[in-house]
Amino acid sequence: MMKKQARLLFTLFIAAAFLTQCTQQSGNNSGNSSGGALASSAAERVYVKPGDYDEFYAFISGGFSGQLSVYGLPSGRLFRVIPVFSQDPEKAYGYSEETKPMLMTSKGFIPWGDSHHPDISQTDGTVDGRWVFLNENNTPRIARVNLKTFETDEIIEIPNSAGNHSSAFVTENTEYVVAGTRFAVPFPQKDMPISDMKGNFKAALSFIKVDPQTGRMNIAFQIKMPGFDYDLSHPGRGKSHGWFFFSTYNTEEANSLLEVNASQNDKDFIAAVNWKKAEEYIKQGKFTTQKVRYAHNIWDHETHQAHTKWETEVKVLDGSLPGLVYFLPTPKSPHGCDVSPDGEYIIGSGKLAAELTAHSFTKMLKAIEDKAYAGEAYGIPILKYEAVNAGAVKNPGLGPLHTEFDGKGYAYTTFFISSEVVKWKLGTWEVVDRQPVYYSVGHLMIPGGNSRHPFGKYLVAMNKITKDRYLSTGPEVCQSAQLFDITGEKMKLLLDFPTVGEPHYAAGCPRDLVHPKTTKIYKLGENKHPYATKSEKDAHVVRKGNEVHIYMTMIRSHFAPDNIEGVKVGDKVYFHVTNLEQDYDVPHGIAMIGANNSELLIMPGRTETFVWEPKQPGVWPFYCTDFCSALHQEMQGYVRVSPRGSNVPLSWSLDGEKPGE
Amino acid sequence: MKTSRLLMIAGALLLLSLFKLPLWNITLEAPQYPTPLGMNIHINKITDVKPNDVKNINLLNHYIGMQEIPEHLKEFDMFPYIVIAMVVLGVLIGLRAGYKWFLAWFVLMAVLGLAGIYDFYLWEYNYGHNLNPKAILKFTDAQGHPMAYQPPLFGTKKILNFTAHSYPRAGAYLMFLGMFLALVAFFVGKKEKR
Repeated sequence: MMKKQARLLFTLFIAAAFLTQCTQQSGNNSGNSSGGALASSAAERVYVKPGDYDEFYAFISGGFSGQLSVYGLPSGRLFRVIPVFSQDPEKAYGYSEETKPMLMTSKGFIPWGDSHHPDISQTDGTVDGRWVFLNENNTPRIARVNLKTFETDEIIEIPNSAGNHSSAFVTENTEYVVAGTRFAVPFPQKDMPISDMKGNFKAALSFIKVDPQTGRMNIAFQIKMPGFDYDLSHPGRGKSHGWFFFSTYNTEEANSLLEVNASQNDKDFIAAVNWKKAEEYIKQGKFTTQKVRYAHNIWDHETHQAHTKWETEVKVLDGSLPGLVYFLPTPKSPHGCDVSPDGEYIIGSGKLAAELTAHSFTKMLKAIEDKAYAGEAYGIPILKYEAVNAGAVKNPGLGPLHTEFDGKGYAYTTFFISSEVVKWKLGTWEVVDRQPVYYSVGHLMIPGGNSRHPFGKYLVAMNKITKDRYLSTGPEVCQSAQLFDITGEKMKLLLDFPTVGEPHYAAGCPRDLVHPKTTKIYKLGENKHPYATKSEKDAHVVRKGNEVHIYMTMIRSHFAPDNIEGVKVGDKVYFHVTNLEQDYDVPHGIAMIGANNSELLIMPGRTETFVWEPKQPGVWPFYCTDFCSALHQEMQGYVRVSPRGSNVPLSWSLDGEKPGE
Repeated sequence: MKTSRLLMIAGALLLLSLFKLPLWNITLEAPQYPTPLGMNIHINKITDVKPNDVKNINLLNHYIGMQEIPEHLKEFDMFPYIVIAMVVLGVLIGLRAGYKWFLAWFVLMAVLGLAGIYDFYLWEYNYGHNLNPKAILKFTDAQGHPMAYQPPLFGTKKILNFTAHSYPRAGAYLMFLGMFLALVAFFVGKKEKR
């Protein structure tokens, strides 16, 4: 009897426990529509507590904005837009006298650019967080952004090129950053009939040497290639270090209605360039020196000024030099040309193909050794497709564009037309997962994705179209990025966030490579700007003909001098303003009524200059534009402007006294 | 050599650390200063805890009309000589004099120390009370008197948006240790005499 009761009680207890568990589980599920009871929600995964830091930096190019935006991952928060190829009145970039030379080109001052592919510098095949290189498509240029100051340090123009798209990717020790040519052109440029394009237009692939200490760029050589369109590129790494791969389209060399005429060949090429061989040819003097003129704009950290250096020569190697370039036949106008972290596979994304093509680097070397040629194009050997091909991902989706890798044996490819990201396995070529994106994804980015060591935790898909995804802003709506968690078997969509400009491509790295090393202030003692005023007592005004130079200082919460008289209509007034602060995050700004220019936003310890040409007699105010302190509103001053020919003497003061007297 | 003499000499020599290590520190914390501002007070100078701290403290203080922290004080001329004199005196006493002199040295140090602290208080008082009449921000206390911004002599005090901490630093601690050793030397010497 007792035994039976005990058993009954025991059974009831078990049942009760089971019921409780069921209730708890359903409770969990209601708050978490996907994933098991233990998996945290997407919201928790992207939530970065106030005051905490994101795990990764994402440097997302702005496409037609010409800039580079800095986001945190996984939060998707925007921290800064770094002006690179376009003027930015907020930061006076391209407006201040110091930064204007950054946008100088052989075609004059170009206020806008089309920024495409950021890539972080590497050491030993790993991103090192020192610089971001960024290419400009329209006026072929490459910029180097400094990740200590988050400013553009250098912009180099690329001669003989048009449409610098297959750029700005770096080799695994940042030996080179490359530039390409998406629109074949006469090389060198000349006046000729467009219809004579075939065989007469050429395309330059440029290898720009990067100084390992300073980052300073210099075009080492250009390879003169057949007049195809060189679309994207990636460096070999590990075993394939020393090679660079460029995808091509329009091997038909059509000059009109390319959407049809450049889509006729069953296979275009991936060009495999042996840059170590190129270095040998340069050493042996097998190059021609071409006279050119291009701008090389360099920011000087000591004088806080950019200057343009005019370069006049470039070394050109012919692409048909033996062993320098091989063509790998790749189906249907390949766009992306991505190299696996071990350097073995080169993935060609035939935009119009029903499959993704994977070439093997090992097979390619063998094919070269065996001379397994299918023919040649303008003297460059075409390797047999079967001799280099490692496999294909069959029917993966429509419109493949780009592939990145997680370092765990998987690859992720974007599909523009079917609007999805597809995960597949390297070597077996089987599709493992596919997730929709909203909508029409272009590039994708895994931090460290273009290196031997990707950080395979997050994937950012960058979408060209958003339609109904956000609150409407009229006919023109934002583009977006979407964050996926890729730590599991299946990709999980975590976050969807709008971006600045078109998020063309991105580069990412762990925060510790950058965050602890950033510049906080510019040391006043090291400021070598020729117009710097390092102490309030040195503030003064000088007239040189019709030029008036104001040596002005700013510190909480006043300008010195803040009263200036003796300026005349017709004068060209230079405000050389030095921020005397030496405290973190205390910038001051200055704006002058009637200046046909932007404000200046001056960081502690820096000197910047803007020009004002007063057109009307009167007393005109200027003021601080950055909310610097409790007395920010009081940070203001006046300039008295007298008519032309007036004899009001030049004078300046602060609180009724000439500074320093 | 007797233990008491060794202790006395060691105690006197510890004062030499004052030429390297700061005596005192004042640290200012505020919401806008997640990394606080701070200055170290040495026997011969006032220094930044991190670059530009003193400059930035002065910048903030100008709003409430406080004077700039001086780069030079007359005390800075005297203190090093006093310290050297006490070291020499302490070593000589340790080598030659009877144990009672150890106590005398300790008492002299204590008197000089108190005088130093009083001097520091006077400077702080002046610094906190002697304000520019054209100060940008003028606050009054509950009684309507102009508010003073004197930092604490020892301890922590809230001054407007800042929390000021004022505490001894390594130099002072080593000096205290030196004085303590002299006191111990006195008692050990007394025992040895017996």
